[in-house]
Amino acid sequence: MSTALQVSGVGYSFGPRRALDDVSLSVEPASFTALLGPNGAGKSTLFALATRLFDCREGSISILGHDLGCQPSQALACLGVVFQEPTLDLDLTVVQNLRYAAALHGLPRRESERRIERELTRFGLLDRRHDKARGLNGGHRRRIEIARALMHEPALLLLDEPTVGLDVPTRRQLIEQVHRLCREDGIAVLWATHLVDELDPASDRVVLLHRGRVHAQGSVAEVLAAVGTSDLRSLFDTLGEEPR
Amino acid sequence: MSWLVCLQGIVWRELLRFLNQRSRFIGALVRPLIWLLVFATGFRAALGVAIAPPYETYIPYSLYILPGLVGMVQLFNAMQSSLSMVYDREMGSMRVLLISPLPRWYLITCKLLAGIAVSILQVYAFLAVAWAFDDTAPPLGYLTVLPALIANGVMLGALGLLLSSLIRQLENFAGVMNFVVFPLFFMSTALYPLWKIQEGSDVLADICALNPFTYGVELIRFALYGQFDGISALVVVGAGVVLLTGAILGYSPSRGLIRRKAG
Repeated sequence: MSTALQVSGVGYSFGPRRALDDVSLSVEPASFTALLGPNGAGKSTLFALATRLFDCREGSISILGHDLGCQPSQALACLGVVFQEPTLDLDLTVVQNLRYAAALHGLPRRESERRIERELTRFGLLDRRHDKARGLNGGHRRRIEIARALMHEPALLLLDEPTVGLDVPTRRQLIEQVHRLCREDGIAVLWATHLVDELDPASDRVVLLHRGRVHAQGSVAEVLAAVGTSDLRSLFDTLGEEPR
Repeated sequence: MSWLVCLQGIVWRELLRFLNQRSRFIGALVRPLIWLLVFATGFRAALGVAIAPPYETYIPYSLYILPGLVGMVQLFNAMQSSLSMVYDREMGSMRVLLISPLPRWYLITCKLLAGIAVSILQVYAFLAVAWAFDDTAPPLGYLTVLPALIANGVMLGALGLLLSSLIRQLENFAGVMNFVVFPLFFMSTALYPLWKIQEGSDVLADICALNPFTYGVELIRFALYGQFDGISALVVVGAGVVLLTGAILGYSPSRGLIRRKAG
């Protein structure tokens, strides 16, 4: 099976400011990879490139073997995305939001209804299906956004700091639910975060992004060894950043 | 098949959003009705309109401005859609649309068609109220005007999309009213016939003759009376194609439209 996400030599500049420089990383199928970096590291820029919101002019990005530049439709069809900013339409109900996402992926009505029921059951929100998104709390909105990203059964799920603004118990639940997606559904996950306590040192793979460059990648132990520190909390200190 | 599902989904969402925003619906009706019931009534005595095609007899002023107000409904709806695109982009929900696997040009065209569907709904609601106040067109005209509404909707909707791709911040949108909407509307034949404008100012008449919105209004005017104005149709379709091409290019990923952020 192809690598879920392959980023090779990607660079990007906003005018004179270099946001990403020669970034290479890979995410294997059914794995949970944390893209760890402080604010301004280039995580969101990398996400914008991987979702084709920006054109990738330096280097290449492929999703399940489909090059994003040459085969954008095939590549995007394999991709589910949860953006950092809330993107639900607050004036629509939960079901209407999910139907809209299904339509954007060309799912016929009957199939989309089946998947809506499945995803809402998975996230325990079936009884909120006819509520307006405006009436949901932050944690529920995030779950709906993840459910929406799963509607077309993607092989790769990108989540850009999805726990921003959530309380600690909700964050933990969300992280556990996404880990379960990897284990039970075989979905590859790239989880961007600046919070080291969101990592599971035992199983997660880490890509450490700092000032637009990949400083280390591998298991948590490998990344700590590469940076020359003994624990995750002092990781950003070593890189010259404030700990989070 | 998946392309059609996508189109249905985008049109359905736009209609739902419109119906959910009651104030937008009321606003879309009240604006032209004030012009029709207040402005046109006040000027009825002052402004005589001579017989000119497509009219076969003298008509009250309120009937003359009816097509112009239909154009106004479509113009304001296009700008409202454009504003909503800028808002969606600022707030992030535009990303959900743009990461669909379907081609970007198709998604933008679907968005345009969705806006046209909403504008046609508004136009017929306005025409129904105008009819209740006795400002009526021939019965068949309500059907024959539909293709003209679609063509005008494409032109104005594409203009709105192009503007939304050029405007980087929501705050800049106020300028659109002053520099796009008002000149397009007032420098057209929406309120006065071209010959009447010419009596006042040749320069203004020339500007009106160059304004594509003039041709949109005339296309609607003739279509409301079951007639076809070829020149207006050509200008409206031509302008629509040019503007839509510009809008599609404006939303190309190479322009990196989505607000850049640190992180």
